[in-house]
Amino acid sequence: MTTIVVGGGPAGLAAAIELRRLGAGRVVVLEREAEPGGVPRHCDHLGFGLLDLHRLLGGPRYAARYAALAERAGVEIRSRTSVTDWAAPMEVGTTSPRGVETISADAIVLATGCRERPRSARLVPGTRPAGVFTTGALQQIVHLQRERVGRRAVVVGAEHVSFSAVLTLAQAGAEAVAMVTEYPAHQTYAPLAWFAAGRRGVPILTGARVAAIRGRDRVDGVDLADVATGARLAIACDTVVFTGDWIPDHELARRGALAMDGASRAPRVDQAGRTSARGVFACGNLVHAAETADVAALGGRGVARGVATFLHTGSWPAPPVHVTCVPPVRWVAPGAIDPGEPLDVFRLRVDEPCANVDLVVAQGTREIWRRRYSALVPNRSIRAEVGGSPALRAEEALIFRIEARS
Amino acid sequence: MASRGRSDDGSPALTYDVAIVGAGVVGAAIARELGQYDLACVLVEAADDVGTGTSKANTAILHTGFDATPGTLEARLVRRGHALLLEHGPRLGIPIERVGALLVAWTDEQDAALAGIAAKAAENGYAATRRVERDELYRLEPHLGAGAVAALAVPDEHIICPFTTPLALATEAVANGVALRLGAAVERVAQADGAHVLETSAGSVVARWVVNAAGLHADTIDRLFGHDRFTVTPRRGELIVFDKLARPLVRHTILPVPTATTKGVLVAPTVFGNVVLGPTAEDVPDRAATGTTAEGLASLLGKGRRILPELVREEVTATYVGLRAATEHTDYQIAFHADQRYACAGGIRSTGLTASMAIAKHVAQGLRDAGLVLRRRDAFREIRMPNIGEAFPRPYQEPARVAAHPDYGCIVCHCERVTRGEILDAARAPIPARTLDGLRRRTRAAFGRCQGFYCLAEVTRLLAGATGETPARLLRTP
Repeated sequence: MTTIVVGGGPAGLAAAIELRRLGAGRVVVLEREAEPGGVPRHCDHLGFGLLDLHRLLGGPRYAARYAALAERAGVEIRSRTSVTDWAAPMEVGTTSPRGVETISADAIVLATGCRERPRSARLVPGTRPAGVFTTGALQQIVHLQRERVGRRAVVVGAEHVSFSAVLTLAQAGAEAVAMVTEYPAHQTYAPLAWFAAGRRGVPILTGARVAAIRGRDRVDGVDLADVATGARLAIACDTVVFTGDWIPDHELARRGALAMDGASRAPRVDQAGRTSARGVFACGNLVHAAETADVAALGGRGVARGVATFLHTGSWPAPPVHVTCVPPVRWVAPGAIDPGEPLDVFRLRVDEPCANVDLVVAQGTREIWRRRYSALVPNRSIRAEVGGSPALRAEEALIFRIEARS
Repeated sequence: MASRGRSDDGSPALTYDVAIVGAGVVGAAIARELGQYDLACVLVEAADDVGTGTSKANTAILHTGFDATPGTLEARLVRRGHALLLEHGPRLGIPIERVGALLVAWTDEQDAALAGIAAKAAENGYAATRRVERDELYRLEPHLGAGAVAALAVPDEHIICPFTTPLALATEAVANGVALRLGAAVERVAQADGAHVLETSAGSVVARWVVNAAGLHADTIDRLFGHDRFTVTPRRGELIVFDKLARPLVRHTILPVPTATTKGVLVAPTVFGNVVLGPTAEDVPDRAATGTTAEGLASLLGKGRRILPELVREEVTATYVGLRAATEHTDYQIAFHADQRYACAGGIRSTGLTASMAIAKHVAQGLRDAGLVLRRRDAFREIRMPNIGEAFPRPYQEPARVAAHPDYGCIVCHCERVTRGEILDAARAPIPARTLDGLRRRTRAAFGRCQGFYCLAEVTRLLAGATGETPARLLRTP
């Protein structure tokens, strides 16, 4: 029996390692980069491994550790191997320096991760000079290629990764002259905000967005607009980093015509990571863009159990209960529930800051779960440990909503 | 006649027979055309690459010319250019796809106009248009927004690669001995020993004849030769490129029924497998006004939502701006001055991509009539560009190619599936990629949905290694 895992980041490698531990047979990880490990390879800072490996590591060491664990577990890792499309329902087409091939499998796990939306996808107007990056590109240029990027940078966004971008800029000798967020406050932990930005005196401009990028060959400034009043503010800079605003790398999932969640843009999976296509699973930041690497890895480990069960029994339960949400909840994952299995942890996001609210899960008029939150912050992972095995009715959606507390 | 020397050191001692000013698609086509004759030619370009102005930023459609104004030079040259590019484009490796166009009427008034448009097409020598009733229209384009009444099918409208076209023409010119001077903006023109001395920002170029194909700056060059007959007022067009996952939503180029003032906003597939929405049309005084605007993009999304509602829910890969070289005249401004040994090919708007090869033949004939001796050379060297079109096999899909050269199996830009082999090829091409934008236009690298999130660092490193540039210079790091 063969399982193909598409993507050799934390989720894919953790899934592969666990599959081998569960005796699931041959496991092949297809990784398009030269080295496995995923995005942590170029996150050259501490903060990795706490939940999954129970130790605190830097990104590159964490990535290397997973690669070593996978090798020790007998996982076949094929790096520089791009999955270019589906060749059949359980067969993928690949290109690598070894050649153009198709590989078939008994189960396929998609762990293709996510990326930040670049400036163009955010429809930021203006000219198109050099000097505009995402955090991903910035980290690779600075940490993998050891290059400088500029002198004065504006960081667009104020979520966790935005502060990571400020640290990367500092390491490359560039000053972050401002951070910009449409929200009324930044969306990270206070200590990280202080460590990255506060102690450097980086102003966080809240309630503002980038109205235009200026410059011909190289960025020479940005125009900011106050979200409420439209008032403009010009800032001189030579670099702009667009951070966060994640989108799953869902191209293979969509080309396979998997059912998708409209809001998260992820393939819809159930508790076991099953997609709408028999034998095809999805996990990691492909289904919840973006969680930290350890959460993605735990998701990979979790999906392995579902894959092993499928390989063993061949059963593919349907139809699931759909999971939906009401604004300001933006999306919830998993987006489908198999009533025959216990509920699990749900992960969700909100569109606006909410203080002192109840998060409620209901099916029809019946309340399944309720918990009080003192604050729900946009762009920040929200975990709802619903759990249990309530008797759910098939064909009726499970709804996540927020209620203000009086 | 000058010796066929390749004195590219800028020495003014070498007198070329013809200098073509402007290496856009029109200048490149003229250079290629003249390269077939026993002449020493030079193609002089202000920018650092070929095809960086109007040529690279348009809707990339190979027009039949069905809607041109009958009897104009533009109508004639677009029609002929369409045929010439269909004949030569595939040989040159230019991606061209026959998708056909549907001119969609959304109101009864627009419906009533279709017959007149068909008649005009016939007057332009294009008789293959066909009326399409509503039911068939929605069968042809199932994702079209509600409310379309009928359409006129124009089956020979094609889509074409706007980057490969000028590069292919210029490369074939260079392969046949035409010199290329990049980064040489013409600033003054003097006369010496019966020749024109073009004083450029990178030394002087001496030529007996000069052809002005300077696009947005054609009027400026024309004035250097003492003429004052037209002024370029750029017409800004903003466009939005949607992700490849949107490509199945549309099969034809969806054209609006034109009004008196504008041809309107279209939705078209691109040869890269994306979908383009645009352009807006706005006259701007500044020839460098290549910025998008919030208003322009919002207006496009509004129109797109009506034409193809599902399109605007897909991710946007890129937005860009094209400046068309519009003048106060409605037709191309092509003129010959035998006494001055000077030709002007100005006022070539967005149709210039289609018309380029016909303009080149027209200019060559005009030069001959004006007294330039054109003798065909015995050998003409043909070239073939690397395919960057999605409808034809790309290197990553070709088992034999990957087996022979593993670099073509090493995908570096994952969104556009550009391989290490193609990037190295582009850096070593006859007209090599010297900048990241130049590399994008030759290979599509870092051009896709992630805009370099994954590949920018690696692509930059590869190009730097192959060209001898530093990554910092390529990234224009201050």
